[in-house]
Order: sequence, then C-alpha cells, then structure tokens
Amino acid sequence: MRGVTSYGAYIPYYRLERGRIAGVLGSGGGRGTRSVAAYDEDTTSLAVAAGRAALTGLTGTGGQPGRETIRQLFFATTVPAYADKTNATAVHAALRLPAGALAVDMAGAVRSGVGALVTAAQSPVPAMAVLTDIRTGLPGSADERDGGDGAAAFIFGGDGEDGEDRTPVLAEIIGQGSATAEFLDRWRAPGAPASRVWEERFGAQAYGPLAEAAMADALKGAGLTPGQVDHLIVAGLPARAVSRAVRAPGVPAGAVVDNLAASIGNAGAAQPGILLADVLDRAGPDETILLVVLADGAAALALRTTAALAAHRQPRQVAAQIAAGNGALEYATFLSWRGFLDREPPRRPDPDPVAAPPAQRRADWKFGLVAAKCTRCGTRSLPPGRVCEQCHAVDEMAPEPLAGVPATVRTYTVDRLAYTPSPPMLMAVLDFDGGGRMRCQLTDAAEDEVRVGLRVEMTFRRLVTAAGVHNYFWKARPVRGEDGTDE
Amino acid sequence: MGSHGIRDRVAIVGMGCTAFGEHWDKSADDLLVESATAASASAGIGLDGIDAFWLGTMGSGVSGLTLSKPLRLPYKPVTRLENMCATGSESLRNACYAVASGAYDCAMAIGVEKLKDSGFSGLAGSNAPSAGDDGKADTTAPANFSLLAPAYAQKYGVDPAELKDVLTRIAWKNHQNGARNPRAQFRKEVPKETIKKSPLVAGMLGIFDCSGVSDGSAAAIVVRAEEAHRYTDRPLYVKALSMVAGPADGLSGSSYDFTTFPEVVASARDAYQQAGITSPRTELALAEVHDCFTPTELVLMEDLGFSERGQGWKDVLSGSFDLGGDLPVNPDGGLKAFGHPIGASGLRMMFEAWLQLRGAAPEERRLRTVGEGRSLALTHNLGGGPGECVSFVSVVGTERSA
Repeated sequence: MRGVTSYGAYIPYYRLERGRIAGVLGSGGGRGTRSVAAYDEDTTSLAVAAGRAALTGLTGTGGQPGRETIRQLFFATTVPAYADKTNATAVHAALRLPAGALAVDMAGAVRSGVGALVTAAQSPVPAMAVLTDIRTGLPGSADERDGGDGAAAFIFGGDGEDGEDRTPVLAEIIGQGSATAEFLDRWRAPGAPASRVWEERFGAQAYGPLAEAAMADALKGAGLTPGQVDHLIVAGLPARAVSRAVRAPGVPAGAVVDNLAASIGNAGAAQPGILLADVLDRAGPDETILLVVLADGAAALALRTTAALAAHRQPRQVAAQIAAGNGALEYATFLSWRGFLDREPPRRPDPDPVAAPPAQRRADWKFGLVAAKCTRCGTRSLPPGRVCEQCHAVDEMAPEPLAGVPATVRTYTVDRLAYTPSPPMLMAVLDFDGGGRMRCQLTDAAEDEVRVGLRVEMTFRRLVTAAGVHNYFWKARPVRGEDGTDE
Repeated sequence: MGSHGIRDRVAIVGMGCTAFGEHWDKSADDLLVESATAASASAGIGLDGIDAFWLGTMGSGVSGLTLSKPLRLPYKPVTRLENMCATGSESLRNACYAVASGAYDCAMAIGVEKLKDSGFSGLAGSNAPSAGDDGKADTTAPANFSLLAPAYAQKYGVDPAELKDVLTRIAWKNHQNGARNPRAQFRKEVPKETIKKSPLVAGMLGIFDCSGVSDGSAAAIVVRAEEAHRYTDRPLYVKALSMVAGPADGLSGSSYDFTTFPEVVASARDAYQQAGITSPRTELALAEVHDCFTPTELVLMEDLGFSERGQGWKDVLSGSFDLGGDLPVNPDGGLKAFGHPIGASGLRMMFEAWLQLRGAAPEERRLRTVGEGRSLALTHNLGGGPGECVSFVSVVGTERSA
C-alpha cells in the first residue's frame, strides 16, 4: 500500500481582518480574516515550517524511518523567493534531508501545487511535496482580500516495490484524474505586483467540463460512486467555478469540506494541501477523500484513510493554528510587509549581503541549526566551533541539531535603532533546554509579551534581503498553546 | 610564565588631544596632524625626533600610510592597529612596550576616528563577509549593552524605576563634567528630567544613556622613564598596562548573567597587580572609564573594584564618583560628553589623566583627590559587548617608585 505517510500544515501567526481594508481605503475589504505571512516569512520559510511539521510526524513515534528515508522533494509555489536558483534546496537544507535526495521546484502557477502533490504521490521512492504560497494583490483588490498565506507538506511512501519503506500509510491513494486546457483565466507577467483575471463567468464555463472529467476519472479509478465520497475538497482561485464544482451530482452535501475562506483565505498553490491536512486532522479510519483542484484545468486525487491515521496526525492541527491567529495586524503594517508601503529606514548601514562561501561552509548551522556537542564533556557549542568552550578539547565535536529543542528567554531587549523590515527589533538571549545559548531575534511576538523566562521555539525565517540575496536563518518565537507554559 | 608589566620603565612626556565633535570641516588627516603636532610640541620635540609610531583606528584608514602620509614621515616604522573600541589604548600599550624593550628611544601612540562622514546613527563597523547566521550584525551596540540593566536590577533587587534614576545620574554627572571641558563634544549640563525622558533607543536606554557620535584624535609621546625629565618636569609614569580578550562564551554558554564583564575583572586584576594597587577606590585620584552606555559605567564600578558587588548603584546615587566625590570617575565628561571616535577614545582618557595628575586641568574641574596627594589615575577601555569583549586597563602616576 502506498500513500500519505505523514503530513503537516503551517498557517502563519498573523491575520488581517478584512474590515480594516475598508477602514483605510474607504471601500473593499469584507468580513472575516485572512492569514498573513510575517515580514520575515517567504514561501521558502513557510515550506520549511510545514515540512518540519510533517517530519515530526514521521519521526515522532520511535523506531520509524525518519527524514533520512526521503528521496525526493517537490517544492511548489506561485511566488518563489528566487528565480534561476532552486528554492527547494534551502528547504532541503533546513529539513536536513539526505544529500542523495532530489529537491526541485515546481514554481510559477497555482497548478504547480497539485502538480507537486501528484508527482510525489506517484513517486516510486519516498517523496515529499511541499505546497507554499503568499497571496496578495494591489491594495483594495479581491486577491488581497480573498488570498491567504500558508503551506502544507506531505510525505508519500509506504511499502513500495522495493519493500524497504515500512512506514504506516495514513491515507492510501486510490484514484486520480486530470484534465488540461489552455485558456486565459488568471495570469501575471514575471515581476508584476499583482495578477489579472478574466471574467469569472468565462472561467466558470471553461472549468466546468474539466472538473467533471477529472473527478469522474479519479472516482472510476478508485471504484467509487459520487455518493461514497466522505470528504469533497474543491480548491482553486476561480470562485465561481469552485462553487459550481462542489455541487457535483451525487456527492452528499454534507461531504463538502469548508474551504476556510472566512478564517485564513485562499492560499493559492498551497490551498489544496492545507485543506487536505485539515481533513486528515479529523477524518476517521476508512473514509474517502476526493481532492479536486481547479487551476488551468483540473486535477483530482482520491484517497482512503487508514486506521493508522488517528495515531499519526500532525502535532499542530489546522484548526488549532487557525484559532491561535493574531488579528491585531494593522492594514498599514500588512501593506508594508507586502512591499506596497515603503517605510523610512533608520540611519544605519544597509545590511550586508550573505557571502556564498561562508554560507556553504556553515550550511548545517545556518539552514539546519545544527550546533556542535563536545564528545568529551557534553557541552554544546553554538555556532559550532572546533574548540570546546568548557573543556577546550580540539576537534572532538559531534553534530547537535537544535531546531527542535525548546529554549527559554534568559534576557532580552527592544532595539529601536537596528535595521529591520518591521521595527522595532526584538532581540533575546536564549538558553536551550539541555544547555547552549544563542542570541537571536524574536518573531511572532509583541514587545509587551516578551519577558525573562518566556518559553520559545525555533523558527526558520528570512532575516533580510540584501543585494538580492535572501538571508535565511533561525529566530525564536513564543511557544503558544498547551505546551507554552512558563517555567 | 606570567604577566609582569613594565611598571615605571616608560613615561608619557607629551600629549595632544583635539576637540571632539562634529568636525564637518576636518578630515582624519587634519585631526591626525593636529593631535600629533600638539603632542610633539608638548614634549618639546619635533616629529623627526620620534622613532616609531603606533596608530589606532577602527575604520578611518588602513596601514601605516594612514599616518605617514598626512605627516609626511620619512621612512619611519608606523603600525596601524585595531582592537575594537579599545583601539586607542592598544596603540599606547604597544608603543610603551616598544620603548620598554629598548627597540626605540621615543615612540608615539596616536588614535583617530572620523565617524561623522558616514551619516549613520551610532557606530557602524565593516564586517568580514559572512554567512549572516551569528546574530552579530543584527543588533546595535545600545541593544547589546541594554541587556545589563534589567539583569542588574533583577540580581540585586533594584527596582527598575530606581535603576533608571541611577543610570540617569551617571549621564547627568558626565554631562556636568563635560560642561567644564572645552574639548568635549557636549559642553552643556543636562537636567535629569531631560535625560530620563529622552526617547528610547534600546531596552530602558534613552538617547541620553548613549554616548554620542563624534570625530577626534589624541596622541601621546613615550620615552624611557629615566630619560623622561629631559622632556618634561612632570612626566606620567606608566604603572600598568593590561589587555585581555575574553573567550566570547557569554552568548553561547549558559553561565554568564549580564551583570559583569569578566574581561574587565581580569584586566583590572592584572593591572592592579602590575601597579601594586590593593585598594583602587582609595589609592586612585581619578578613573576614566568606558561609559559607552550608562549601564556600562555602573557595572564597571564593580568590575574595577571601586564598589562592592551589588553596591555600585548606591555609590552612584550618593555621588561618590562625582567631580567632588571620593573617587571622581570620568572627570572630563567621558564618552558621554565626548562621543566615541573609536581609535581616539583610549588616548583621550589618558589625556585627562595627563592634565589632572600634573595639575594642568582647568580650575573648574580640578580634583580634590589630586590636591590631597593621590598621584595615580586609571583608564579603562572596552570593546565588544556583554558576553564577548576585549578590555584594557592602565594605571599611570606622577611618582616613580624606587
């Protein structure tokens, strides 16, 4: 049996209340909220967050095959942080996937998301698909209002042909279908700040038969009738076509899955992944899921959950992440984060761009947050050094991954002078559980909630972009929820 | 093996110091010419009587040519060096060792920094190409030093509001002193309320808790002690020179608590041992310390042994370190009133010792301690920040021990 062996979704912490848009522009906006990637997040960092969640599920139950088994990584987004350069490589490095794994981008279109999903699902080797997107449009636009930011990652495997991968399958792939057609629904020239769309009614008529064909193929392959679908997910940006597709004949009305538009918006290429993760968060065993994606054609994937799902759901479920969102974000802040509102920088030097050779030499630390641990005395060294600060042993270090190790704020300050895309900068000195200290920035946190003793977790972020080079590194953010108790 | 120092083997026989400030009309070359000629004139010699030069500058030039070119020095040894914010002191230390070794008869230590050409707020160093993954380039100096204040308040049970008063008093005191110094960048007294209510820069530090950004240069002429009286009747004998670099584990290990600079403690211990000082608070006539930010000066009072641990804040409030206190600290106004042109600051501190111990300070900031017969001064310079820094301590005096 092959299928989903682990999954994880990531919804950024911030929400924009749509009413705030009208509050500033005088019109537009609407009800509910949309998710917003912070100023230090991009599609690569969102992908890392989702990928880490998926790997937690894969490695969290002792004795199971872990990250080292993954052989392929497909990264899909509409807004890659780099062109020409592969973005999946940063995700690969941050997730500490094996060097022998193939990591590639499927970048540029909403359809890339389902493309990565299907490709990974069909892979003969354990493969991860990570779908990630940041959606917006010009101020006051429907894309700005209806969009959402987020990511989802899925690991596909199971006891395949080589018989080596014994990871329990959580949802088996039982059918799929696709239909492709060339028509002008939505487009954006590279570098343009916003997309354009043709009339929705045009899209609705173009998508109709494509959706029907893809759904029919998937159901046929799965040996299912529409009435046997327990969860119908229809994802896609063409709203009118989507609402028509959810009324597919024979599918029980109760099977239609909420598209989360009211709380997080539509995360484009990542939307099918987030919605699928949400269903996997709550589906029972032996239930059928039909996932349909409308984007430049249609694609459909039929899955059946297994008894293993209940014990292997992602650690932070989509509903919990939605509930934990922070809706205090001002619209002006949102605009400045998305580059539509330039703020006066401090009178400080421009940040230095990352230099390639040191970044390569320190890739394990920079991307993977792998420190060193002295094999003689057990002291951690951050960043990894060759001489132990405690016992001074030379070259007796072993790698010590810290990304998943919680930490406590030892002391902190608010830096109102430092250069940051979203001042002021919160800087903290962290003590990791089990030893080791690090000075780094705090993110997803307000000035007044930081305190000595605050429990934090590490998060992979884009610190700054200088000379066209994105500086990815780790920050800390407050642990929220049930495990965020103070010491 | 051991640190022995060169107590009383060399002496400072001439010094020069420019006014510190926003010298829009002067280049680093101009400032160097000014302080070098003032120092050599003060020693009663020409530049051609100086055998070797140590130039301290962080970013106003590289190589010995930075000095030899503006002064047109003919084929002399000139070393350009840098040791973060202790750069000026490091140039003096090296010049002293060169003379003590017998390699040269007469050496000049000179420091300069031209900061106001950058247009930046605060200091801005140039970094080696990096992976951008050590948090160092992210934050500013005030943020790094601001970590001292809450840690100190917590450890010693000082109410944060009271600590703010302590920090305010340090800034107020240094501006009081600077108002009596024609070379200072800021020559006005500043009311405590203005200091206390100044806009926040980092943590609890307001703009008046931070030293300014200025240009300046200072220089010293060093000769063997036994020849000092050929140049001046009142030489300053070098009693101790200590420089340490920490292992920089305060931000990677977990024992450092941000209420002290272990590097300062180590360099002070070494310097006091070299100079034979056992009670710095009562033996020193004055101390010039690195008050880059107000909490730094507070912590230094304890690290340098002027106050007991946890008691420094009380000594600050009681006025012990005021101009008329029992140990005046930064009687010239400190970094607070002078700004911090990096390469020059350590020598500017020494210039105050030069004036005060020799009775040459202006009447309005002359020290009672000197009048009462104390003959030793301390200068302290540090570079880096809490958790990882370099620290320099010197002791100089007007009496040469037998």
